[in-house]
Amino acid sequence: MEKVIIVKNLVKKFESFVANDNLTFDVFRGEIFGFLGANGAGKTTAMKILCGLSQPTSGELSVAGFDVYKQQDKIKANIGYMSQKFSLYEDLTVFENIQFYAGIYGLSNKEIDERALKLIEKLGMQAMRKKLVASLPLGWRQKLSFSIAIIHKPQIVFLDEPTGGVDPITRRQFWDLIYEAANDGITIFVTTHYMDEAEYCNRVSIMVDGRIEALDSPLNLKKQFNAENMNDVFIQLARKSKNKE
Amino acid sequence: MVKVENLTKTYDKGSIKALKNINLSVEKGELFGLIGPDGAGKTSLFRILTSLLIPDSGTAQIMNYDCVKDYKEIRKITGYMPGKFSLYQDLSVEENLTFFASVFGTSVEENYYLIKDIYTQIEPFKKRLAGKLSGGMKQKLALSCALIHKPEILILDEPTTGVDAVSRKEFWDMLKKLKKEGITILVSTPYMDEASLCDRIALIQNGEILSVNEPQNIINQFNRKLFAIRASNMYQLMQDLKRFENLNTVFLFGQFVHFTSNNREILESDIYSFLELNNHSDIFIQEIEPTIEDCFMEFAKVENSFEKH
Repeated sequence: MEKVIIVKNLVKKFESFVANDNLTFDVFRGEIFGFLGANGAGKTTAMKILCGLSQPTSGELSVAGFDVYKQQDKIKANIGYMSQKFSLYEDLTVFENIQFYAGIYGLSNKEIDERALKLIEKLGMQAMRKKLVASLPLGWRQKLSFSIAIIHKPQIVFLDEPTGGVDPITRRQFWDLIYEAANDGITIFVTTHYMDEAEYCNRVSIMVDGRIEALDSPLNLKKQFNAENMNDVFIQLARKSKNKE
Repeated sequence: MVKVENLTKTYDKGSIKALKNINLSVEKGELFGLIGPDGAGKTSLFRILTSLLIPDSGTAQIMNYDCVKDYKEIRKITGYMPGKFSLYQDLSVEENLTFFASVFGTSVEENYYLIKDIYTQIEPFKKRLAGKLSGGMKQKLALSCALIHKPEILILDEPTTGVDAVSRKEFWDMLKKLKKEGITILVSTPYMDEASLCDRIALIQNGEILSVNEPQNIINQFNRKLFAIRASNMYQLMQDLKRFENLNTVFLFGQFVHFTSNNREILESDIYSFLELNNHSDIFIQEIEPTIEDCFMEFAKVENSFEKH
């Protein structure tokens, strides 16, 4: 299988604090990779580095075929990103948001119009296209935000707690979109606090105190930890940390 | 303890209906959960109960005090932890606690026994500014501050949102201990799996209460056969099941797909033959008891279809 993210001995320090302590892992093209860990385990730090927003202290990393030290701009052009906290411009309409992001990623006007129409139709948002994003329910906003994050057909999309607070039905519709994107060959790199969503991933890594303590398919992790579900696996691992704050 | 009657709240000149004619009662000593997604109306309800928001119509009472007229009494008997961290970030841990105690005319010493278990975990950092604490520690401090005047009822707005699974479990253990002290607890959460930790729950969506009951009774209200299904290709499994005759719902659910049919007599073997016909392998099918999340989705669906008719 082709590796789309390669991380070797990643270390990130903030003064004396080691946020990422020698991480090594690969992500394969087209897979749904769950990146889990307790609050403060170092997930956000690692994700920022992978997105080309922060430089590692040491280690060898390549994302979408580009080097994280020297080719951050190339990385940014070849990935998509969405988070729960910030996704769309609330005072722009649905259509304007699509235009804006597609424009930033350098799509031509013709491409923008084509893809915008397709996207709006796929999400069933025709009636909402001229509405301000601020007026959309959270669930719609998150579905739109995800679709916009992949509008430039990136190799990888990073999702940072994309479904926090979203109602259970919409949460599942959201995962339908994720599966579909993965099926189209986009690699999904996702963090979540919902342990049932960990089960939807092809492979899952679990970080504890800056280190990856486990990495495998949900099925194998459950076997390895003799656990009924991913929640049990997570709790067994994250308990180890117990707070050195 | 809490009595809510025909409560309605709208925003933006009535265009946004946050609460639609809500009725609810909570007994003394109960651990009561308000369960629903963002935008369901949980925060509006809590802000009315804590006298921070005035309803359009209807009444809300706590211990027979009216949440509008008797706001001074209401504020004495309620402890409120808002969803957003709202302590003074530029005061230290210790200063925040002392401040809240003095505002309520009490002292930290007087009710220390109530917060001891929680506060001792953050006491080593009592000189640190509240704004510099980690998420878990902020939460413990906020809970300590909400408790320091020994309220009759504790109202917690999504205390576990965005919190990892381990810290969530710890938080619920703390709530169980507080319940033993006789404090009534009203807590909201978007995590359906926390429902089973409450004595009673209300499922809420779009400003309406879908159901109020003990968790097990809510599960008993689910009146369809529910099947957990797995096969080697989960994506294809979902796609194919969506075409199943008499389909009611098919939802991803952890390592399984949860499936219900409008045909109440349906058998595992019916589904099995359909999947075999569609070339699925490693098929696993089992009829299971629904979870609260299954119930929520089923009730929410019925509710939505009423709206359309």
